[in-house]
Amino acid sequence: MTGFPDTRVLGRDVPRKEDPALIRGRGRFVDDIHLPGMLHAAFVRSPHAHAAITAIDTAAARAMPGVRAVFTLKDLAPHLTDTRLVVAMPSPAYRLELHRPVLAHSEVVHVGEAVAMVVADDPYRAEDAAAAVDVQYDPLPAIADCVAALRPGAPTAHAGAASNLVAEMVVEYGAVEAAFAGAALRIQKRLLVHRGGSHSMECRGLVAVPDPIEDRLTVWNSTQMPHACKRMLCDLLDLRETQVRVVTPDVGGGFGPKLVIYPEEVAVPLAARLCNRPVKWIEDRREHFVSTTQERDQAWDVELATDADGRILGVRGVLVHDHGAWTARGLNVPQGAVAAMPLAYLVPAFRMTIKVAATNKVPVTPIRGAGQPQGVFAMERLLDEAAAALGLTRDEIRRRNLVPAERMPYATPMRTRGGIAVTLDSGDYPLCQRMALDAADWTGFPARRGGGGAVRRGIGLSNYVECTGRGPFEHVSVRVEPSGRIVVATGAAAMGQSTATMLAQVVAEQLGADLGRVDVVTGDTAAAPIGLGGSNSRQAVLAGSSAHAAAVRVKAKVLEVAGELLEVSAQDLEIVDGMVRVLGVPGGGVSLGEVARAAAGQAGFVLPGTSGPALAASEEVVIDAMTYANGSCVAEVEVDTGTGAVRVVHLVFAHDCGRALHPRIVEGQLMGGIAHGIGNALYEFMAFDENAQPLTTTLAEYLLVTATEMPKVTILHHESPTPLNPLGIKGVGEAGVIPIGAAIASAVEDALRDYGVRIDRLPLSPVDVLALLDQSTVLPST
Amino acid sequence: MSAEPVRTVAFGVNGETREATIPVRRTLGDVLRHDFGLTGTHLGCEHGVCGACTVLLDGRAVRACLMLAVQAEGHEIRTVEGLADAAGALHPLQQAFCDHHGLQCGFCTPGMLTTLVEFLADCPDPTAAQVRVAISGNLCRCTGYESIVAAVLDAAARMRAA
Repeated sequence: MTGFPDTRVLGRDVPRKEDPALIRGRGRFVDDIHLPGMLHAAFVRSPHAHAAITAIDTAAARAMPGVRAVFTLKDLAPHLTDTRLVVAMPSPAYRLELHRPVLAHSEVVHVGEAVAMVVADDPYRAEDAAAAVDVQYDPLPAIADCVAALRPGAPTAHAGAASNLVAEMVVEYGAVEAAFAGAALRIQKRLLVHRGGSHSMECRGLVAVPDPIEDRLTVWNSTQMPHACKRMLCDLLDLRETQVRVVTPDVGGGFGPKLVIYPEEVAVPLAARLCNRPVKWIEDRREHFVSTTQERDQAWDVELATDADGRILGVRGVLVHDHGAWTARGLNVPQGAVAAMPLAYLVPAFRMTIKVAATNKVPVTPIRGAGQPQGVFAMERLLDEAAAALGLTRDEIRRRNLVPAERMPYATPMRTRGGIAVTLDSGDYPLCQRMALDAADWTGFPARRGGGGAVRRGIGLSNYVECTGRGPFEHVSVRVEPSGRIVVATGAAAMGQSTATMLAQVVAEQLGADLGRVDVVTGDTAAAPIGLGGSNSRQAVLAGSSAHAAAVRVKAKVLEVAGELLEVSAQDLEIVDGMVRVLGVPGGGVSLGEVARAAAGQAGFVLPGTSGPALAASEEVVIDAMTYANGSCVAEVEVDTGTGAVRVVHLVFAHDCGRALHPRIVEGQLMGGIAHGIGNALYEFMAFDENAQPLTTTLAEYLLVTATEMPKVTILHHESPTPLNPLGIKGVGEAGVIPIGAAIASAVEDALRDYGVRIDRLPLSPVDVLALLDQSTVLPST
Repeated sequence: MSAEPVRTVAFGVNGETREATIPVRRTLGDVLRHDFGLTGTHLGCEHGVCGACTVLLDGRAVRACLMLAVQAEGHEIRTVEGLADAAGALHPLQQAFCDHHGLQCGFCTPGMLTTLVEFLADCPDPTAAQVRVAISGNLCRCTGYESIVAAVLDAAARMRAA
């Protein structure tokens, strides 16, 4: 990485600000918060995928020792302005309004849906009492499969609904029919892609603390979106903005689902107000499997048209997407999947129809990657098939179609879900592919392939372009205090991605380069008036840009005031650690704290400088256009045709996220995403039976990648600074996951080429691989 | 329901004898965290798979979520809070985790560290493959494990040199 020229801390692997507390076990996660008199909530959850609720009897539970209250929706409704969570992002495409209730009352529509809430003195007693709540159900037919859900006569996920079609939309540009009519080659595929849950190691949870003295409510919440949570609480509990504070403690991973607002996040704060005691709720892992959002199933029927040279003429098809039972966020996962599909390539005509199907399963919302891995999988599978049909190598067909560097910035005909033009701002996609191929010794692979035998070796390739840095803004304020400390407060929310370190670097670069002097407050509605929080690989881009702009303004003010105090020109001053001094003259000068004291003013005296009091600035840099990161992945695998097991031997990941603020953190983000991608490709499967009963509800059944499954990984960096923000950075939090499944699928198909096997689905468990081999009618050559 | 059976238990925690009168069903993890305020030990699954709650019992790694606190009677427990030395200097594993970016959100870290303290005591000069097996019962969703493996190899080298 070339990084930032002439910087002191930007682009450097400085020690993380997060580590000293976390490494000693002195972090403060939400379940670490203990308050006097605190009560504990437990939820009664539906055991049925679909049922009518005919009666709820809470008498036995209320009579149990230590139980303070049991709430059903009937009990909560008088205290709520709306009994539903209306959180769907806008779209004209909706056919069904599926706003979920704070607690289910007449019908349950997925296993795990919350029906009642028990509040007790300790969590064990709360769970005992939850088990004693007697809910009478009248089971209804359930729909588990999203494709079946759209067939005529399918059971509806919601009783009384006209159908299961939540939304239908078409993403289209160019002359699609003409492209296919004149094509030398048409490839058609049906692809099934599954992703499971996010499984942050910390589940969800919150502690709600009422303050009867000032009639306020503080909610410590393991969320990616504290400001959205506050808004929802103000709206539903009819509280003024000054009455509610939502603050994120240390968050033990997010990966998407913690950007959703859940029923518990309204019910628990309301319980705290009604009981007038602090109330804690901590989700356990089994609840996480049935109540935290997932990203599950997509069925793609897709076609690719090329000319005789393999140049893409058009793409078209239909995507059926499993939405789950409620609209917990919006239509962004299938939209993101379709948007990601053509982005790396020159695709002159495109039409994808998206059909979003309700099922009796946990709602679907973004998981790290947010649909983009599936879209990339669809495109890359088509390209492999087209290459084979045309007698081209897989790298050559991609080389002929990748958006070339000389076309940057490349205005695609696409628009984001917010109607903003999709313009690929920078990058050299063919170069990244070449870097990955070279590092993987792609051309030398035939010598490594070996002969026949039970274990077959293959190699595969995929490219991706990722939309990052979703705007329009993030709030950051920077203030130098009279103590000499620099306080940075932001609407950005940390969940393990080193947000505090990143912002401290950006600010310290301007204000003395001493990270130890910078205090960063993330995810606290009391510290930042507005904020959009953590999603869409956006925080370094948006919060980083605002932090930079604010720090530049504060620096100018520091130099101006210090110049007046020292009687030298501001241009002749520099800030080093905590001192403002004459350029290149160590010793002397004035401390940041003294400058801040002078700038704070005294009653009746004239302020120093000309730009008002205090060394502070607040910024919300508005960036509507997204910045597009890219990369290429080569996977080399071994497939055991006896057991069906796939082993990844080597994985090369060449990428471009613009300038890297902290190369080691960038690699850490990528490696985590890569591990997640390997899991999605080979291990993670959230299984349900035909009645939509979940079958994998422990971490012994739902397999996360462990250290022994990680292959040798080679990460290569190319830096194309984006012109869209002052630091030239693109998001990197999700990139790692995006191309992995596509590359591994390509490699497995290559390994099994003697069998004529086509890889049209993910994940690929050993059972899946054996089934493909069993169905193969091609006899291997040896 | 009748009153919950309680018992007074005493066991060592990070070198000090701690005593508590607790319901017999309370797990070791909950007692460490909520009765003793040692919240560095984290609960990630409460069914013994993720490894986040791993603590050392007489030097052996155990799952604090799968063990009742009353079973610890008379034993010595060591948690992440007990890894730094008396002067507060980090254990070489802790320092290496920081140096190699072996932690991101930090939730799995305490269980990784305690697991590895036991491992390096048994295997002071491990290969990378041995390290991978040693932490294969500890789930991390952030790091992809590579930085942790690098940290462990570095820490082992530092400990051998010390």
